[in-house]
Amino acid sequence: MNVVAPFEGIGASVRRKEDLRFLSGRGQYTDDIARPGQAHACILRSPHAHARILKLDAAAARAMPGVVAIYTGEDTKGLGGIPCGWQLHNKDGSPMAEPRHPVIAEGKARHVGDPVAVVVAETRTQAKDAAEAIEVEYEVLPALSTMKEALAPGAAQLHDAAPGNLCYDWHIGDKAATDAAFARAHKVVRFETTNNRLVPNAMEPRAAIGDYDPTTGEHTLWTTSQNPHVIRLLMGAFVLNIPESRLRVVAPDVGGGFGSKIYHYAEEAIVTWAASKLNRPVKWTCDRSEAFISDAHGRDHVTTCELALDETGKFLGLRVDTLANMGAYLSTFAPCVPTYLYATLLSGVYSLPTIYAEVKAVFTSTVAVDAYRGAGRPEATYLLERLVDVAAAETGMDRVEIRRRNFIATDAFPYQTPVALQYDSGDYFSTLDAALETAGWAGFEARRAEAAKEGKLRGIGISTYVEACGIAPSAVVGSLGARAGLYEVGTIRVHPTGSVTVLTGAHSHGQGHETTFAQLVADRLGVPLSQVDVVHGDTAKVPFGMGTYGSRSLAVGGSAMVKAMDKVVDKAKKIAAHLLEASVQDIEFDRGTFRVAGTDRTKALAEVSLAAYVPHNYPIEELEPGLEETAFYDPKNFTYPGGCHICEVEIERDTGKVSVVNFTAVDDVGRVINPMIVEGQVQGGVAQGIGQALMEQAVYDESGQLLSGSMMDYSLPRAEDLPMVSVANHVTLCTHNPLGVKGCGEVGAIGSPPAVMNAVVDALREFGVRHVEMPATPAKIWNIINAGAQRMAAE
Amino acid sequence: MPQVTLTVNGKNSTVEVEGRTLLVELLREKLRLTGTHVGCDTSQCGACVVHVDGESVKACTILAVQVDGGQVTTIEGLAAADGTLHPMQEAFREYHALQCGFCTPGMVMSAIDLVQKHPEGMSEREIREGLEGNLCRCTGYHNIVKAIAAAQDVMHGKRSELARAAE
Ligand code: FES
Ligand code: FES
Repeated sequence: MNVVAPFEGIGASVRRKEDLRFLSGRGQYTDDIARPGQAHACILRSPHAHARILKLDAAAARAMPGVVAIYTGEDTKGLGGIPCGWQLHNKDGSPMAEPRHPVIAEGKARHVGDPVAVVVAETRTQAKDAAEAIEVEYEVLPALSTMKEALAPGAAQLHDAAPGNLCYDWHIGDKAATDAAFARAHKVVRFETTNNRLVPNAMEPRAAIGDYDPTTGEHTLWTTSQNPHVIRLLMGAFVLNIPESRLRVVAPDVGGGFGSKIYHYAEEAIVTWAASKLNRPVKWTCDRSEAFISDAHGRDHVTTCELALDETGKFLGLRVDTLANMGAYLSTFAPCVPTYLYATLLSGVYSLPTIYAEVKAVFTSTVAVDAYRGAGRPEATYLLERLVDVAAAETGMDRVEIRRRNFIATDAFPYQTPVALQYDSGDYFSTLDAALETAGWAGFEARRAEAAKEGKLRGIGISTYVEACGIAPSAVVGSLGARAGLYEVGTIRVHPTGSVTVLTGAHSHGQGHETTFAQLVADRLGVPLSQVDVVHGDTAKVPFGMGTYGSRSLAVGGSAMVKAMDKVVDKAKKIAAHLLEASVQDIEFDRGTFRVAGTDRTKALAEVSLAAYVPHNYPIEELEPGLEETAFYDPKNFTYPGGCHICEVEIERDTGKVSVVNFTAVDDVGRVINPMIVEGQVQGGVAQGIGQALMEQAVYDESGQLLSGSMMDYSLPRAEDLPMVSVANHVTLCTHNPLGVKGCGEVGAIGSPPAVMNAVVDALREFGVRHVEMPATPAKIWNIINAGAQRMAAE
Repeated sequence: MPQVTLTVNGKNSTVEVEGRTLLVELLREKLRLTGTHVGCDTSQCGACVVHVDGESVKACTILAVQVDGGQVTTIEGLAAADGTLHPMQEAFREYHALQCGFCTPGMVMSAIDLVQKHPEGMSEREIREGLEGNLCRCTGYHNIVKAIAAAQDVMHGKRSELARAAE
């Protein structure tokens, strides 16, 4: 008997299991939790970008109503620093500069927002009031707001341990071969660009609650994290010196992450430590404006690149020189983002015989920069896809044709790039063709002419991309400097009556794992979706895990579940063989039913599980009772989603306002488990990509103040700023994981920004525009149109 | 300390608050109705939207004392007593209009008010413009717009072109 309706398994757009609680106001986000007797922490943050702390007087604050304790760097200097999870090496083989990142500033503040003191009080408002009463005397030092300032000879030093404010000077690829390719080039196209700095702005601000049980010595931390086990590892081992067995980290419902909630933040250590000092729970919830100056930002590259072409428009070689902003301290994954997640993607979807890339990472007096949705791959994709458009313009080639001519051939997979990665599968021609068709590329000139009649400038842009996700093989990343393995863990617990609990080390903060993962179980074990529950986000419940980022949940976490299900089925077959008095070799299993091959003798999974837990008639000599298996899955390679995004924009001449009027995404994310969820992930990613292209930018002034430091000043896309987004898939399977899945969480944010900007430049071509920097704000575009109009009038 | 008496989701409460206590603090901290969220401190995000006397209000932008004597509905009070979801909640689920769920309570409360204020029905553009007070960082709004388009027809007892097109 097949108990699963087929529409619940792989490929079905089943509605999400988690929605009912979110729609009823029953989600449990960290700030929704109130521990009995909890006190509240408020962090006093540096108002200066770079300043020596000469004197800190908390006497008046201590006397304020409700104040429980005040801590400064003096109190926490015995703790470990906030660790970095990735160690890069310089060109000369020496390790990167890795200055201490104190939990609370020790004598010096290095960015606006650096914690200077912590007040714990009975209520949140009392803590805030007291924080305002702390008197700090600063000696203001020169701010280093930009990488250029930080690298200038004689610049002020942010850290003694980072001479010249340089974190590392790294390279990849073959310099000599690349130089040779340029020497014989027919044409060299040069291009410079800045990848704008972004503030992730997950809608749920970060929060953390520490708790301590003095009778058991157990610490508990509730935190807004994408990876509670990683936080336990980093904070327990490096900062607070608490053994894993005594530290429980819970990441309950989390309201979006986009990378910003991967990292171990000081506030997590502060509340955990303070709770044990004070013997009571301590809670901290971030204000939005505080988030702007304390959450890790994203992107922020300045790059020069050159592409060598032969006379037919074939690419011969690529040279790239990038400065990457690390901010004031090294966040958890920061060093790997502009190197192993960026420079290794510089071959893109192209057959590029040789590449040489240099990356310098720079400390500045700004908040830390780390992975934000896409992490390095959007920067690489933007660079390449703008460069290819510039090359098309300068060689007079068609934008689509130049891409086709240089695509990696569909029969060339597995394809080894000159920058370390080996793409396992892909078909860039098919995603391109499908996108051109859906977007009506051929009919565009008519739409441009139509818009022109209304006085509008219309443009169309294309981006063809590949990315690397599903991170990552532990041995490979270990050799590249990762201080952790990047496998995932899954447990399948079949209960006596046949329902299933899945424990996963991946973490859902919007991705819908409770549904997608349950579909995997429904598909394989034949258990109805309603009887599968997915548990994640608690180190006390889930054996281990590395969490969710880099679009890895399904490719790595899902594969661990498949491995665990294989083990469950193996064991269950032995039990079934016993019950059916057959040999194990003769037992077949298909979606919930064990059958003696070629007969109608069957046992349902629930009968087998019951026998496993009530082992009266059971092969007890050979098999342990119970039906629960755990698997660790270490991926064999990255996965390589790719595709084509096409964007069509209209620009109002009078205001310079750019509107996206059509957006088409055709992605190859491998096998699709739940098309509805995949579509939603792509639409959300595209929205963030359009935000980057047209609206968003973190701006620091020369004194190191974040000018775009609130939702009033930082422009997040609203409903009226975005179009409907057409999403389609063209599938090639991943060849090295059991599900054939690649990952869909980041493709939207990776593929879209260059499609938008290529469209903007196309719309402005009558003004002789070669390039427009992101974000293409109305003011910027209006200036281009106006200057162009004046120039044309003068000619 | 001032006292505030109000009806929340049909239940009467009298609560002591500070003069500066915001409605959202009263709901979340005093009444432990944590479905109403706080996503910003500048009145930009709309995660905190509730209904006061039938109109949508940003609960982070109004003092608790201003709501004295008022009728408040939060996301927890939307479904019928037997658990039947409001058509807007149902549409959000059906059209996958939520991902992390953090913006969702405010989005649903705003959307209901928006639909009620437009008995004539709204176009896609009008829905988008009507959502100017609510931010979502996850969905790109595509499915939120579809859900509201579908829900308005159910709420108004008809089916529009847009809902058909969305299917
Ligand atoms: S919390 Fe953002 S508008 Fe109320
Ligand atoms: S669903 Fe996450 S912010 Fe809207």
